Amino acid sequence: MEAESLSGGFDNAPIASAHAFRVALDVMARPGKIGKISGALPPAPMTVAAGSLILTLCDPETPVWLAPSLQGATIADWVRFHTGAPLVANRAGAMFAVGRWEELAPITDFPIGTPQYPDRSTTLIVEMDRMTASGPTLRGPGIKDSIQLGLPDVKSFQANAALFPLGLDFYFTAGSQIAALPRTTKLEG
Amino acid sequence: MSSDYNFAYLDEQTKRMIRRALLKGVAIPGYQVPFASREMPMPYGWGTGGVQVTAACLLPDDTLKVIDQGADDTTNAVSIRKFFEKTASVSVTEETTEATVIQTRHRIPETPLTEGQILVYQVPIPEPLRFLEPRETETRKMHALEEYGLMHVKLYEDIARHGHIATAYAYPVKVEGRYVMDPSPIPKFDNPKMEMAGLQLFGAGREQRIYAVPPYTRVVSLDFEDHPFERGGAQQPCGLCAATDAYLDEVIMDDIGTRMFVCSDTDYCRKRREVGHVGEMGVPKAEDAA
Amino acid sequence: MYVAVKGGEAAIENAHSWLDEIRRGDTDVPELGIAQIRNQLALAVDRVMAEGSLYDPDLAALAIKQSRGDLIEAIFLIRAYRTTLPRFGSSRPIKTENMACMRRISATFKDVPGGQVLGPTFDYTHRLLDFKLAAEGSAEPALKAPAQADEVKPHITSFLNDEGLIQSEPQNDQTPPDLTREPLELPASRALRLQALTRGDEGFVLGMGYSTQRGYGRNHAFVGELRIGNVAVEVDIPELGFAVEIADIEITECETVNQFTGSKTEPPQFTRGYGLVFGQSERKAISMALVDRALRWKELGEDDTGAPAQDEEFVLYHCDNIQATGFVEHIKLPHYVDFQAELELVRKLRREANAAREAAE
Repeated sequence: MEAESLSGGFDNAPIASAHAFRVALDVMARPGKIGKISGALPPAPMTVAAGSLILTLCDPETPVWLAPSLQGATIADWVRFHTGAPLVANRAGAMFAVGRWEELAPITDFPIGTPQYPDRSTTLIVEMDRMTASGPTLRGPGIKDSIQLGLPDVKSFQANAALFPLGLDFYFTAGSQIAALPRTTKLEG
Repeated sequence: MSSDYNFAYLDEQTKRMIRRALLKGVAIPGYQVPFASREMPMPYGWGTGGVQVTAACLLPDDTLKVIDQGADDTTNAVSIRKFFEKTASVSVTEETTEATVIQTRHRIPETPLTEGQILVYQVPIPEPLRFLEPRETETRKMHALEEYGLMHVKLYEDIARHGHIATAYAYPVKVEGRYVMDPSPIPKFDNPKMEMAGLQLFGAGREQRIYAVPPYTRVVSLDFEDHPFERGGAQQPCGLCAATDAYLDEVIMDDIGTRMFVCSDTDYCRKRREVGHVGEMGVPKAEDAA
Repeated sequence: MYVAVKGGEAAIENAHSWLDEIRRGDTDVPELGIAQIRNQLALAVDRVMAEGSLYDPDLAALAIKQSRGDLIEAIFLIRAYRTTLPRFGSSRPIKTENMACMRRISATFKDVPGGQVLGPTFDYTHRLLDFKLAAEGSAEPALKAPAQADEVKPHITSFLNDEGLIQSEPQNDQTPPDLTREPLELPASRALRLQALTRGDEGFVLGMGYSTQRGYGRNHAFVGELRIGNVAVEVDIPELGFAVEIADIEITECETVNQFTGSKTEPPQFTRGYGLVFGQSERKAISMALVDRALRWKELGEDDTGAPAQDEEFVLYHCDNIQATGFVEHIKLPHYVDFQAELELVRKLRREANAAREAAE
């Protein structure tokens, strides 16, 4: 295992993960809002935001699917070493999936939950080059009137929202920035 | 105690499990997410669900307020506040506006919550259909199929018998047009406040359920066109601060049954008295020795 | 003049120190030591370990001391402590057939290979208060058969199995779900049901077991075997590549043999109920086996007679005394906001009912 895989974890995990979680909670509760999340220093090309989110939420109980661009030994070892999460090749078994949008497609292969347990769906962490506050208009729970967020696609998210109460939930990460799109958010144009 | 336990008492794996449940709860407003509630050092029924949710959310720089029955000084509120002072070293407050996290049992503060605030509810029975159908396997199906006829029948039977819906607290709501949800045993007076700027999180420890209502989410109290929801509320102003827009407790004053009505929200009442409002039985704040 | 009730914090602190004082009681009486509780109130210690799901006699004894002998409170202390402990691994299944039996009896056979071992039982004592004990009399050493620890005593039900008279349980090496780490989901597997029952309240499980004998989900049980003794707990150490014995624990195991009249698919055969409890607790182990058997109606193709002991959801959701005591006792917490809401509603309904009656008169 390379030294890079062993470093870059949270200093003082209880406090760092508490801070990271509050940001993750805040942006999920306010879709479209861009927050700052940090604490982890994962090997490139994984972003600080995605790494921090993974350290906050993943552990041996959460199978993680890594996109091909993140499947290098260094990142895989980093995730395994710091979280103990099992890395899975099968999308259908993933509780979390991390990668660029084009690698995550087709997102319809990830579990969307069941009518009795809609929570048993994958959370996708979409790695982005940048985060912008302009783009499709979002409406729904957590949003006062409306908000805009730059997204890699529109139709897929509209199709996902139409599955409600089933569906996937998304985080978008760029550098140390993070935003979220739960299944309840409706997109226009 | 503080040095022997992890930050905010719970171990990190437990917090991660609760945090994942919270995020799915936020993503599916009103849906009850199962979670593996842990034994806490206070009994089930004393707010173990709320305490676990709070513990999973707290930051060392948070300011925490804990209320029970609207009041900061009730014994259980004091006990929970002290627990987090010790285990998470957070600052505490009695002022609604100062708090970043508020844990509550049975009330929503009168002062509207703002965007930065989280309201954590302690929930005894999270399933709104439980008293109509005791089986979890059945109620889960009913939620899955959005089959809420039983609830409407129950409410309608009330109207047929009493002329009103005879539910005064824990009055069921429909969240974002999908899930029927138990708002916890708050008086129905508080139901309209649930459409708010703050984030609402609900924890039921013994029943192992977490649910959430994000800010600006539609929360509609169930009713009928010809029998719209009535908020109810006190018939007279607060005896101490003269508030007419607050939920009041009835206090028996003496052996012959003299009563007075005072704000259940102690912070709201005190604030009003501080700025000079005086009720029929109160004295100006400056002269109040208590 | 109304004076708001203040000082909750001071009241709590004072109540706690009063509790400390009253726990100690009369200081002229020597204080109880943990070793005394562990040795002389061993069955109370066993119950706290069993329902607390933590095998540690010293901590259980401490909990009993701290709780002033309130065992449910002691169980609660142990549970709250247990939940904070890190997990280092899970053990291999214990092998009860290798148990060093202190007691081993069968009600189904007069004699069995390995013999009946009565052990230290209350069964045949006359329940007469022994006033000698009040005078702190010390017991004479008992006459015991030579230790048979090394002798493997086969399970008695295995004799029936040779003839195909008793149903074989499917072998399953799957790690069972952990009730304390995952939320209870229904329908529950048998492993999960047994987990819930073994830490369930002794009184509740006893009552449920009793109800099956009185016709509520009757399953005609015989105690095939009841054994109490010590077994080794082994843990696989991946770094070593083999299992290491980490503890030696005392347990009670009960296997019932139950009548089964057969179903559409199965000829008549005996079936089993199973009970396994930390420490020495045959009441609990037997009750558990009865309830386990009653809960198996579905897999055996029996009828649901609507008996409480057949109702998995009812049994599993209500057998935990820590959940139960918390929720039952929480109604002593203030509920005046809800009560006020009810009060207003009842007043309104009465006002309207009276008005309607007057209008009618």
